[in-house]
Amino acid sequence: MTTVTESHDDHHDHGPAKGLMRWVTTTNHKDIGTLYLLFSLVMFMVGGAMAMIIRLELFQPGLQFIDPGFFNQLTTVHALVMIFGAVMPAFVGLANWMLPIMIGGPDMALPRMNNWSFWILPFAFAMLLGTFFMDGGAPAGGWTIYPPLVLQGGNGFPFMIFAIHMMGISSVMGAINVIVTILNMRAPGMTLMKMPLFVWTWFITAYLLIAVMPVLAGAVTMLLTDKFFDTTFFNAAGGGDPVLFQHIFWFFGHPEVYILILPAFGIVSQIIPTFARKPLFGYSSMVYATSSIAFLSFIVWAHHMFTVGMPLQGELFFMYATMLIAVPTGVKVFNWISTMWKGSMTFETPMLFSIGFVIMFTIGGFSGLMLAIAPADFQYHDTYFVVAHFHYVLVTGAIYAIMASVYYWIPKWTGNMYNEKMGQWHFWISTVSVNVLFFPQHFLGLAGMPRRIPDYAVQFAEFNMWSSIGGFVFGLSQVFFCYIVYKTIKGGEKATDEVWEGAEGLEWTLPSPPPYHSFTTAPEIK
Amino acid sequence: MSSESENAYFIPHDAKWPIVGSIGLTLLLGGFANQLNGSTSATNVMIVGFLILVYMMFGWFGEVIDESESGTYGHGEDASFRMGMIWFIFSEVMFFAAFFGALYYIRIFSVPWLAGDGSGASTNEFLWSNFEAIWPTNGPGDIGGEYKKMGAWGLPAINTLLLLTSGVTCTWAHWGLVANKRKQLIIGLALTVTLGFIFVGLQVLEYSHGYHELNLTLGTGVYGSTFYMLTGFHGFHVTVGAIMLTVMLFRSIKGHFTPENHFAFEAAAWYWHFVDVVWLGLFIFVYWL
Repeated sequence: MTTVTESHDDHHDHGPAKGLMRWVTTTNHKDIGTLYLLFSLVMFMVGGAMAMIIRLELFQPGLQFIDPGFFNQLTTVHALVMIFGAVMPAFVGLANWMLPIMIGGPDMALPRMNNWSFWILPFAFAMLLGTFFMDGGAPAGGWTIYPPLVLQGGNGFPFMIFAIHMMGISSVMGAINVIVTILNMRAPGMTLMKMPLFVWTWFITAYLLIAVMPVLAGAVTMLLTDKFFDTTFFNAAGGGDPVLFQHIFWFFGHPEVYILILPAFGIVSQIIPTFARKPLFGYSSMVYATSSIAFLSFIVWAHHMFTVGMPLQGELFFMYATMLIAVPTGVKVFNWISTMWKGSMTFETPMLFSIGFVIMFTIGGFSGLMLAIAPADFQYHDTYFVVAHFHYVLVTGAIYAIMASVYYWIPKWTGNMYNEKMGQWHFWISTVSVNVLFFPQHFLGLAGMPRRIPDYAVQFAEFNMWSSIGGFVFGLSQVFFCYIVYKTIKGGEKATDEVWEGAEGLEWTLPSPPPYHSFTTAPEIK
Repeated sequence: MSSESENAYFIPHDAKWPIVGSIGLTLLLGGFANQLNGSTSATNVMIVGFLILVYMMFGWFGEVIDESESGTYGHGEDASFRMGMIWFIFSEVMFFAAFFGALYYIRIFSVPWLAGDGSGASTNEFLWSNFEAIWPTNGPGDIGGEYKKMGAWGLPAINTLLLLTSGVTCTWAHWGLVANKRKQLIIGLALTVTLGFIFVGLQVLEYSHGYHELNLTLGTGVYGSTFYMLTGFHGFHVTVGAIMLTVMLFRSIKGHFTPENHFAFEAAAWYWHFVDVVWLGLFIFVYWL
C-alpha cells in the first residue's frame, strides 16, 4: 500500500494543548487511546493485587489472612475490575489508537463523545472500588451478581449497580463510535474486505456491545428495583423467578465473553502474518468465522446454567449450539497455523505472545468444549475447572493478545523500540508461571474443589500451593511488564517507520511516533 | 479546521463538556445510591448532580447547534451523526428487549411452572399447592394483596390513538420542512409536542388510578413489576422524546433547519417513532393480551 505521508505537514493543525487539561479535554484519538491504555494498566494492577491476596489465602488450607466475607468481596470485584476495567478498556484503547490509522481516517468519527466514553470510566471505577470502604463492604455475591444472594449485600450494592450502569454507558458510546468510524471514516478505496482484521473484529465486537450492554443495564435495574422498590422480578412468591435473572444476565454475559476475545483474534491476525512474512491465510474465511461466532454467541447463553433446572430440551439446544461455536473457532486456529506454515518466521516478543495465545487459547477452548457437554457439566459446574477454563481464555487469551499488541505497536506509539531481551524474558516468565498457576486448577476442579471458597479440604493442598506460587511469579512478571513499558516511553533505540520487516498496513506508513493528526488527507489505497 | 478545505472532516478541540457530564452523572447516581441506603442529605447531592447534567446538556448541545448553524458540518459529519443516532436507538431497543424478555419469560415459563407445569410440579405441590397460572398474577404469595387489572380499552386505547396521531403530525411537520413550508413545520411540531405531553399526563392519571383505586402498585407481584417498569421506562422515553421535539420546535421558530440540512429534527423524529413502536408492543402485551 502506498500513501502520502508528507501532505499533512502543511496544515497548521493544533498540536496537543499544554498541561494536565490536555488529557481532560482532548478529542484526539491517540490521546484518548493512551488514556484508555494507561487506565487499563492501572486496573490490571488493581485487579491483579486482589488476585494476589486471593492466591495468598489459598496458599494452604484453613483460614490464614482474611475473613471469608472479604474473600468473597475480592473474588467479585477482581472479576468486575479485570473484565470492565482492564480487558475492555485495553481493547477500546487499542481501537482508538489504531482504527483511524488503519483505515486511513483523520480521527474517530465522534471525537467529543469519544472523550466522554473514557472520562466516565474513572468515575465508575471510583464508585465500584469505593464500596470496599462502605458498611457491609463491597458486593460479595460473585461477579454474576445472582439474586437473591447479591440483594443481601450492604450499602455497596446500589453503588455497584450504578457503577455498572456507567460502564455500560461508556461501552455503548465507545461501540457506537467504533461502528460509525469504520463505516464513515475509511479512506477512499479502503473497501470493507480490504480492512485489516483488527478493524473487522472490532467492528463485529462493537455490534455485540451495543446489543448486550443495554440488556445488562436492564438486568441490574431489575435487581435495584427488587431490592428497593418492592418489585418481584426475581422472587417466586410474587410470580417471578431468580433463574430469570440468570437468563437475562447470560444473554448479556455470553456475547460479553466474545467481546473480550474477538479483538484479541484481530490482534493475533495482524501479528502472525508480520512475523511469518506471509499474508494471512484465509482472510475472508476469518471475517465470516468472526461473524458466525458473533451470531452464535447470542443463542448459547444457557450453557452457563446447565445445573439450574432447565427443561431437557433447553439443555440439549444450548449444548449443541455451544458445540457449534467450535467450528468457526477451529477455522480461525487453522488459519493462524496455516499462515505460519512454511513462513520465514522470527520470534520477536509480539510473535511469542501471539503463538502463546494460539496454543493456550486453544487449550482454553477445548476445556470449554468439555464444559459445553451438559451431562459432564453437572460434574464440573462451579468448580475450579471452570476457573481454569476461563482464565486460560482470558489471561492467556485476551491478556496475551493485549501484551502482544503492546509490544507490536509500542514502537509506533512512542517512537522507541522496547528492550527485546526484556520482552522475551517477560514472555517466558509469564508463560511458565501462568501454566503453573492455572493448569493445576483443572485437576482441582475435576476432583471437586468448588470455586469462590476461601478454604478447602486437605487433599487439594498441593495443587493449590503450586497454583499460588505460579500466581505470585506471574504477578511479579507483570510488574516487570510495567517497567518495560515505562522504560520504552522514556527512551530507547529509535524505531523506524516500518518498525517490523514484514509489516503490512497503513500504520507503518506513518512516522514513529505518528503526527498528532494522522491522515488529514486520505491516503491512497491500492 | 473547517476553513482549511471543503472536504476536511471537522475534528473539534477542547471538549469541556464531557468531564462536566461525568461529574454530574456521578453526583446524581452516587447521591441516589446514598439515598437508597437511607441517607437524608443525599437528595441535595442528587439535585446538584441533575442540575449539572442539565447544564452540561445545554452547553454541549448549544455548542453543536452553533457549529451546525454556522455551516461547520458537511456530508461526512452528517453521516456520522445519522449512524450514531441509529445505533443509539438500537441500544434503546435492546434495553426494552430485556424488560419484554422478562415479561415473556414470566408469562410463558415462571408462572406456569409455579402452578405445577413441567419441571415445577414439586414446587407447586410442596410450596403453593393451590396456585393456578392465570395472567395477570401477583404470584403464589399474593404479594401486594388484592388488586384489579388495568383495562386496555379506556385510557390506554386513547393513549394509543394519541401517540399514533402524533406520529402522523410529526411526519407531516417533516414534509413541511422538506417542502420549505415553515408554517406547516411549526404547526406540525407543536401538535406533536402537545399530543406527546397529553400522553404523559394521561399516563400519570392512569398511574394514580392504578395506585389509588385498583391497588395496583410496583409491589403487586410480577404483574405490578412488569406493568410499571415497562410503562414507566416507556413514559420516561416519551418525556425525553417530547423534550427533544420541543427543542426542535423552538429551533424551528428561530429559523433553524433547511430543507436539505436538518439532522437534529430527523433524529428527534426517529426517536419519536421508536417510542411509538415500543408503545404498540406495550399496548398489545402489557394491556391487552
